Amino acid sequence: MTTQTDTQRKLAAYAHPERLVTTEWLAEHLDDDNLVVLESNEDILLYDTGHIPGARKLDWHLDLNDQYARDYVDGQRFAQVMGERGIGRDTTVVIYGDKSNWWATYALWVMTLFGHEDVRILDGGRAKWIAEGRELTTEVPEVTAVDYPVIERDDSRIRAYKQDVLEHLGRPMVDVRSPGEYSGELLSMPDYPQEGAMRGGHIPGAKSVPWSRAANDDGTFRSREELEALYQQEQGLAPTDDVVAYCRIGERSSHTWFVLTHLLGFENVRNYDGSWTEWGNSVGVPVER
Amino acid sequence: MTQFTASSQTDDLPEAMAELAGEFHALPQKDRLQLLLELANDLPDLPERYEGKLDQMERVDECQSPVFLAVEVDQDDDRVVHLFLSAPPEAPTTRGFAGILHESLDGLPAAEVLAVPDDAPFRFALAEAVSPLRMRGMVGMLGRIKRQVRARTTLDERQ
Repeated sequence: MTTQTDTQRKLAAYAHPERLVTTEWLAEHLDDDNLVVLESNEDILLYDTGHIPGARKLDWHLDLNDQYARDYVDGQRFAQVMGERGIGRDTTVVIYGDKSNWWATYALWVMTLFGHEDVRILDGGRAKWIAEGRELTTEVPEVTAVDYPVIERDDSRIRAYKQDVLEHLGRPMVDVRSPGEYSGELLSMPDYPQEGAMRGGHIPGAKSVPWSRAANDDGTFRSREELEALYQQEQGLAPTDDVVAYCRIGERSSHTWFVLTHLLGFENVRNYDGSWTEWGNSVGVPVER
Repeated sequence: MTQFTASSQTDDLPEAMAELAGEFHALPQKDRLQLLLELANDLPDLPERYEGKLDQMERVDECQSPVFLAVEVDQDDDRVVHLFLSAPPEAPTTRGFAGILHESLDGLPAAEVLAVPDDAPFRFALAEAVSPLRMRGMVGMLGRIKRQVRARTTLDERQ
């Protein structure tokens, strides 16, 4: 029997520990059959500066979003995106990225819309892998495309549309943006372009819990105990609650959706991906400041 | 903001910029990203007088990553423009955009910089490789460079 390391013990405490892997684990399993590593970043060139050996690049904007409508890709395109990266329906996928895994959790959430079963996040993402001095390469792997079935996207369980949010008013909602965006002082993240919404503020009744409170400085997730103290004790949310999370365009709220769903085991969390760039531009919806 | 569309026109661009735009157009899409990365790597470090003085530089808010800009204009007849741009290594796309503008415009007379069309960032065939959404950063950088050059040249004329 091997002794569990602290990080393994940390993971084991989560509701769905199989959704996270450590950098140590990944380093040992890079050559596994039926495992594909994806890098999903905010900065599209970061992968090309060096990535985890064998990892394939996934661009949230070009690969996961429809290029005309504000929506996600359809089953046909999704099958193409997965297949050309060597991912089959039963492949284990590990995703990592920059910015404390915002775009990694976003990609995991989109893959969940298509019901991909085994998709995991590298705890600490790109920054932790680099900080530990682990191997990087600029070599782009040669991938043999495989068949991925065309699956119809299921938006009913984990995605909320504006109409769903209107019907949800009065029930638990988490605004994961920065305090300045929540108060209406800023229309976008500090340091990001101040554009994208006509009105500032938040959806009435939403609690302010910035996504970053769920993350450590090294980009890893906080422990189960710390997360329970934050969302359950401090914010009074319960794992059986019907919860909607939102941010500006749905990437930071994917991070919180992941934390609530997979680390704390909440059963009914939806990400409102229209988020503030839809709500803050909508005519006639209530806004609180 | 104004919507620009991609174009391969280069005859109204300064020579170095037209050359670089031509290089991008000649490459297949994947290699365009490699060239952008090379330009990111080639962006010169700040000279000593700007080191650690980002607060004295102009912040380019249109970019997703922290980018800082300083413009100097020589007091000679040509009013030669010198550009100083700083962006972190974790933001290679933004550094690449800064690299394109530095390579294209640094050392040109002020009049030529001011004559660069505002849609020049869309002449590099990059919109489809990096998505039009991300091009906003370079448009912002160019706008701020031109504004600083204009401010510096008109200010001097008043003196």
